[in-house]
Amino acid sequence: MSATRHIDRIHGSGIVLRGGNIDTDRIIPARFLKSVTFEGLGDHVFEDDRIAMSDHPFSDSRYSQAKLLLVNENFGSGSSREHAPQALKRWGIIGCIGESFSEIFQGNSLAIGLVCVTVSHNEVAWLMDHVEQNPSAPLELSVSDLTVLADDQMFKVEMPEPSRHALLNGHWDATGLLLDRFEEVQAVSRELPYIDGFVGTGS
Amino acid sequence: MGQTLLQKVWNLHTVRKLPTGQDQLFVGLHLVHEVTSPQAFDMLRSRGIQVKFPERTYATVDHIVPTGNQARPFADELAEQMMVSLESNCKEFGIRLSDLNSEQQGIVHVIGPELGLTQPGITIACGDSHTSTHGAFGAVAFGIGTSQVRDVLASQCLAIDPLKVRRIMVNGVLEPGVYAKDVILEIISRLGVHGGVGYAYEYAGEVLDQMTMDERMTICNMSIEGGARVGYVNPDETTFRYIEGRPFSPTGDAFLAAKAWWTSMSSDPDAIYNDVVVIDGGKIEPRVTWGINPGQSVGITEHIPVPEEFNNPERSSVGEALDFMDFDAGTPIAGQKVDVAFIGSCTNSRLSDLREAAAIVGGQKVSSHVKALVVPGSKSVSRAAEDEGLDEIFREAGFEWRGAGCSMCLAMNPDRLEGREICASSSNRNFKGRQGSPTGRTLLMSPAMVAAAAITGEVTDVRKMV
Repeated sequence: MSATRHIDRIHGSGIVLRGGNIDTDRIIPARFLKSVTFEGLGDHVFEDDRIAMSDHPFSDSRYSQAKLLLVNENFGSGSSREHAPQALKRWGIIGCIGESFSEIFQGNSLAIGLVCVTVSHNEVAWLMDHVEQNPSAPLELSVSDLTVLADDQMFKVEMPEPSRHALLNGHWDATGLLLDRFEEVQAVSRELPYIDGFVGTGS
Repeated sequence: MGQTLLQKVWNLHTVRKLPTGQDQLFVGLHLVHEVTSPQAFDMLRSRGIQVKFPERTYATVDHIVPTGNQARPFADELAEQMMVSLESNCKEFGIRLSDLNSEQQGIVHVIGPELGLTQPGITIACGDSHTSTHGAFGAVAFGIGTSQVRDVLASQCLAIDPLKVRRIMVNGVLEPGVYAKDVILEIISRLGVHGGVGYAYEYAGEVLDQMTMDERMTICNMSIEGGARVGYVNPDETTFRYIEGRPFSPTGDAFLAAKAWWTSMSSDPDAIYNDVVVIDGGKIEPRVTWGINPGQSVGITEHIPVPEEFNNPERSSVGEALDFMDFDAGTPIAGQKVDVAFIGSCTNSRLSDLREAAAIVGGQKVSSHVKALVVPGSKSVSRAAEDEGLDEIFREAGFEWRGAGCSMCLAMNPDRLEGREICASSSNRNFKGRQGSPTGRTLLMSPAMVAAAAITGEVTDVRKMV
């Protein structure tokens, strides 16, 4: 099993993507899923949006070192492609701060150690304005304290408690945890009547 | 105290509460396809882990397969590489695969039920968000990402948070010309594209009780478009009749025991729901999406919205959608010209979908400016359709009759829109760029409505043609 890093304080400058319901087809178009690895996905993040919009933030050199992505509601909706958070992470993003995330996107992000936290609509609006006015302004996110610090402004952030626990304890890569006490998995499976085709066992 | 099906299935499959606070959930059936598995198998190899329950795992190829020329090696080298990767991974790890040589190949969410793998009361996972489809059988089925595919291969388990349940009752009787697709588009329009986040949707009511399994699958399929990762229908005699006799169905006394157990998994009459929504099915019209997410739909007699009717932030996203679609606000959706008509996808590519569409086609011809194609959901659907002569009806009308696969739903294969083409589609997503052209446009609707649009060349009220 691989040892996994504990994730708590992350910091860097921000990048803003305005608009709700940014789906995973936009984050990474389907043609880039034709691959047996995740290599190179960072180069293609938001590829079609960037072609359509020459001043897209991900093409803007002022944001090229950004680490924290600011988004509105329902970010990462649609397809379950893990390629979406992989592309963001490989581009350089280590955390997302938004109004809300799609459930599958949030789960996939946790599985690869990409931090997702939520704040209110007004707080996101303030943070977006703050970053757009000063692209290199540092932001600091604390998973243990559940805060984000921008200049001298501190906001409380939210994330599901199990996700927070997983990040802090290095269990965000869950395989090892799931294989721990595997005999309990086998015991549960033996109790399920369909496991042997309803031939004899089970309640 | 009564429980929902979700609670019963969840409790039965929970191995333990993990130190993180998530549940460790045993996965009764793991379905695998070529797009979201290569990296997962690589991770297993690099960690020296075997697949623990290969007998509870089943693979097929669907997303990247050409629906035209399927000769190997594929012209698309990347697609060929993914096929080879799945074939060798399945061989190495002992997983059954319905590949292109198999008579059972097809879209993963079509073949699971066809084979009798999908059953009530079990948990099902697959690296695809439309895994919710299998909930039609009273399974708890969800889409997962590649790292979770790795987890399920390695341990047959997921680390996952429990869900709340919203009961959606659709009562009354659907009008002729109104189908399951219209029902789910109506639900998503009302509850919103993220209304279901954190919820499983339990679909119930008189309309659902009367529906066939194909229809229930259409509804459950698009649960995720409403934000609900899981969507299900309580199992009943319709469910059991569908499963009986299929390759992986229990038989004889085992089948009787199965039916009793399946019945016991249904939500109790005194189950407690986090929310209940009631919809009058008799008032639902054929629906068409006009925008860039599946929630942006209107009834066929309605008009494309005007941004000013909305408050911000919705107002600007409506404006953005209208710009992209090049639609005039306030104009009728009926009469919008289409360039392409696509009948297919895990939402609507089963035999009953093809029958409904063929019935609308009758002996008419596809409009001269429309490129129309029908892509059966599986080889099995294809054979059954050909036995009934449906392929002849479509071909004579001017539709292309293709091999089974995901096709133009998401264009990871040669089937894709070109340029600004606008497509009447029986698929599940109308996001920008979804169908393969960054500027292509999608109008989601039922297969019957696609057939109507193919014939007239424009969005048409199919009720006039039934």
